[in-house]
Amino acid sequence: MVERRGAGGAPPTSAVAMRGITKRFPGVLANDHVDFEAAAGEVHALLGENGAGKSTLSNILTGLYRPDEGEICVYGDRVEFHSPRDALDAGIGMVHQHFRLVEPFTVAENVVLGDNSGEGRRFRLRRRAIERQVADISARYGLHVDPRARIWQLSVGEQQRVEILKALYREARILILDEPTAVLTPQEADVLFRTLREMAAEGRTVIFISHKLHEVKAVADSVTVLRGGRSVATVSTAEATPRSLAALMVGREVSTTERVEHERAAGETVLEVDAITVQGERGPAVRDASLTVCAGEIVAIAGVAGNGQRELAEAIAGIRCPAEGCVRMRGRAVRAGDPRAAITAGVAYVPEDRLGTGLAPSLSIAANLALKAYREPVASRGPLLRLRRMREHAVELIERYRIAAPGPAAQARQLSGGNLQKVVLAREFSGKPQLLVAAAPTRGLDVGAIETVHAYLRDAAAEGMGVLLISEDLDEILALADRIAVMYEGRIVGEFAGATADVEEIGLAMAGGQHPR
Amino acid sequence: MLATPTVGGPAFHPRGRFQIERRLRQPRWLTVAVPAGSLVFAFFASGIVLLATGHDPLSGYRQLVDAAFVNTGAIGQTLVSATPLAFTGLAAAAAFRMRLFNIGGEGQLYMGAITAAAAGLYFGGSGGPSAFAITAMVVGGCAGGAAWALIPGLLRAFFKTNEIITSLMLNYVAGYVLTYLVFNTESYWRQTTGFNASVFPTSKQLPPSADWPAAVIHVQGGIALPLGAGLALLAAAVLWVLYRRTRFGFEVQVLGDSPRAAQYAGMRTRRKILAVMGISGALAGLGGASQVGDFSHSLDADPNGLQKQYYGYAGIVVAALGRYNPFAVVLVAFLIGGLQNAGNTLQGADFPSGLVGVIQGLILFSALGGELLVRYRVRFARRPEVVAVEPA
Repeated sequence: MVERRGAGGAPPTSAVAMRGITKRFPGVLANDHVDFEAAAGEVHALLGENGAGKSTLSNILTGLYRPDEGEICVYGDRVEFHSPRDALDAGIGMVHQHFRLVEPFTVAENVVLGDNSGEGRRFRLRRRAIERQVADISARYGLHVDPRARIWQLSVGEQQRVEILKALYREARILILDEPTAVLTPQEADVLFRTLREMAAEGRTVIFISHKLHEVKAVADSVTVLRGGRSVATVSTAEATPRSLAALMVGREVSTTERVEHERAAGETVLEVDAITVQGERGPAVRDASLTVCAGEIVAIAGVAGNGQRELAEAIAGIRCPAEGCVRMRGRAVRAGDPRAAITAGVAYVPEDRLGTGLAPSLSIAANLALKAYREPVASRGPLLRLRRMREHAVELIERYRIAAPGPAAQARQLSGGNLQKVVLAREFSGKPQLLVAAAPTRGLDVGAIETVHAYLRDAAAEGMGVLLISEDLDEILALADRIAVMYEGRIVGEFAGATADVEEIGLAMAGGQHPR
Repeated sequence: MLATPTVGGPAFHPRGRFQIERRLRQPRWLTVAVPAGSLVFAFFASGIVLLATGHDPLSGYRQLVDAAFVNTGAIGQTLVSATPLAFTGLAAAAAFRMRLFNIGGEGQLYMGAITAAAAGLYFGGSGGPSAFAITAMVVGGCAGGAAWALIPGLLRAFFKTNEIITSLMLNYVAGYVLTYLVFNTESYWRQTTGFNASVFPTSKQLPPSADWPAAVIHVQGGIALPLGAGLALLAAAVLWVLYRRTRFGFEVQVLGDSPRAAQYAGMRTRRKILAVMGISGALAGLGGASQVGDFSHSLDADPNGLQKQYYGYAGIVVAALGRYNPFAVVLVAFLIGGLQNAGNTLQGADFPSGLVGVIQGLILFSALGGELLVRYRVRFARRPEVVAVEPA
C-alpha cells in the first residue's frame, strides 16, 4: 500500500472521512451536516429510508454533486471533487442502482470504457488482452460473467457484476454499492457478500448502501444510519440488532416482514396463461408456461433473475408477442403483442424498470400519472387534453399515495426511487384494473415504502383484483402470496400453496433441482 | 507546501484546470440571457472582422439593420426570405419534437412546389385571385410534401430504417425530379409554346387567378404581407395547440422522451411516426406552395434558383435556434430572413460581400455554442488545498 502522510491529522486507518456535509436542493435539505467515516478494510453500511440522503451523500463522494458545506478526506488527505473523474482518480468506484452500462457493447468493452490509465488508453483496442484481464478479475472474486457477452443479453444480476468488475479493474480502493442486493436472489446475494468480504480483507473499503437490515447484519462491520438528511448514529454491527437498527432508521420500532393473511375473496379466474413460449434476446426465454390467477388472489412467481420472469410479464402486458400459446383475460383471448389491448382487457403492469419503461423521465409527474388515462375522460375530451383535470388528478394522487414531490409539474426524474414507484403504482391502481402484474415492485425501496407497497398489493387482492407478483425476494413472496409458482429456465417447475410453502423446497426448485412432485 | 497527493491513480492536477461541469438545474433566466448574449457576442466578433477589413463596424451594422428592416420596402423583401424559412423551420421543429430527424425539408419543399404548381395550372383561370385555385394549391402543396416525407416515414415505421439518411438522400432525388420536369422533358409544367420556350426551357407561368394575394400594410411605403407569411403564423399556432393541448401531442411528447414508456402505455408508435412525418412534410410542402403562389408564379426548376437557396437545411437551423417552439421558430425565421435580405441588398457597393455570411455563421456558432452554457458551466478549478485547511 502507498505510504500516507496524513496531512489532515486524521487517523491513518480512515479511508473516507466526510465531515459536516451539507447539500441543499430547491426546497429540500438533502444532507444536513452529515458526518461519515469508514476505515480501510471494512464493509461499512449506510442505512436509511428513501429520501434519508444516502444517494446524495454517495453522489457527493463520487464527485457527481458538490457539497454546499463540509469537507471530504480520502486516506487523510483533504480532497475536492469537481467531477466523477476526480473521484475515480482518488480510487473511489461506485456501483449505481441504475447501471451505467452501454448496452450494445460487450462486458470487456464496458469495463475499459472511460479508463484512461490502462488498456483503455491505447488507440487500438486489444480485445483479447482486455477479455483475459476481465476474466482474471472475475475469477478472482467469483464474479462470473462472460467477458464477450453483450450487456443487453445479460440479466440484471450479471450486469451488476459488470459494474463491480469495472470498479475493480480501475483498482478502486473504495467501492460504493447502492442497493446492490435489490436485484439479486438470496443465493446471488450470498455470493456477492463473499466477494465484498474478500475485497475488504484485501484492505479495500466497501460502502454498502441498503435498507435491508438482515443484509447489513450479515455483511457489514459497522453501520452509519441516516434519517431525514442527518447522520443519526454509527454503530458496530456486532452490537446492533435488526430491531435496534430499524428503530434508528425510522425513529420508531417497526415489525419486520411477516406474513399477514389478507381477506381472500377467492373469485373466478381472471388470467389464464395457456402454454406460452416467448422469445427472449437469446432464444426462447419462456417455454410452454401455463398459469392462472383468480380474482382476489396473489400469485407469486419466484425465481432467480433471468429465468424468463420478465418476458412472461411482458407477454401478459402485451409488450412482447408470444411465439406460441395465448393469454386470456376472463376467458377471452387478448390480442397478442398489443399493450393497448392488454390495458383495455384490464391488465395493469408495474414494470421492473421503473424509470425507463414505467415512466417518461423528462415529463411532468402529472403527465406520468396520466400516461395511460390520457385517452379517458379523466384527462381528455375528444382530441383535446384537459390539462387542469390532469393536474387536479395528479394533486389528488400525490396526496393519496403520499408521493413526496415538489408538485405535479415537477419532472419525474427528480423523484427518488421509492416515490417513482409510488407514481407508477398510483397510476396503475387508478386505472381500476382486474389484474395487476407487479415485477419487482419493492426493489430498491426502504422498509416504510415496502410496507406501503405490500399493503397496496393486499388491498388490491381484497378488492377482488388478481395480483401476479414477480419477485426475487423470497421473504416478500412468503409474506404475501396465496400461491407460489417457481420459474426456472423459462419453465414453471413447481407450484406451492403460499401458507404452507417450504422455503427449502422452493429454493431447490429455483436452483433447478428436481422437484419431488 | 509540498503535500504530494498520495491517493491512487493519476492524482490531482498540479496547477488547476478549466472544468466543464454539468448544471444540475437550468435557471430560467439563462434560457433568455444566453441567446441574447450569444447574439451580442456574434456582433462583437463580426465587428472585429469589419475592423480588420477596414470598415467602421457601427456604420456597417447600421446599414445592415436599415437594409433588413428599416428602408422602404425592406421588410417586404425580408418576408420573401423569411416565409420559406418559417415553413421549413416549423417542419423541422414538428418532427424533431418527437426525435424524428426529418432532414428532408428541402426535398419536401420541392415536391410541394411541384404539386402546388400543377394544382395552380390546372385549376387557375384568368381574372383575380380565386379562392378555389389557391385552396387547391395549398392542399396540393401539403399533400406533395407529406407524400414525399412519408417515404422515409414508412421505412422508419415498418423497417426501422434511419430516417436521417433516407430523408436526406431523397432531397437529391427531389432536386433532380424538379430539374427534370422542366429541363429534360416536355412535362405539364413546361412552357412548350412561344419563342422563348424554343430557345431555353422555361416553366409555364401560372394563371393570374392562382397568384396568392398579399395584404398591404401602409407603413414604410407599403409592406406586402404575403399570404404565405400569414399561413406560416397560422401553422405555428396550430402546431402549438396540437403539441401542447391534444392527446396526439401528449403521445408525441411521451414518444420523444421515452419510446419504451410510450409502447408500455399502449401508444401506437407507428401511426405516430407516420403522422408526424406527414405533418412535417406537409409544412415543408406548404413552403413550396408559397414559393410558387406568393413569389415565383411558376415552377422554379433552375438548378441555380430555388435549389440554391437551401431553405430546407436552413430551416433545421432555424428550428434549433427557436428551440422547437413554433412561435420562436417564426420569429427566428424573420430575423434570419432579414439578415439574408440585407446580404442580398448590400452586396457590391462598399459593403464586403462575404460579411453577411460571416455574421450568419458567427450567430449560428455562438447561439449553438451558447446552448452549452445553458446546460454546463465552466469553472477554473484550483488544485485541492490539501494542507492549507486544517480539518476541525
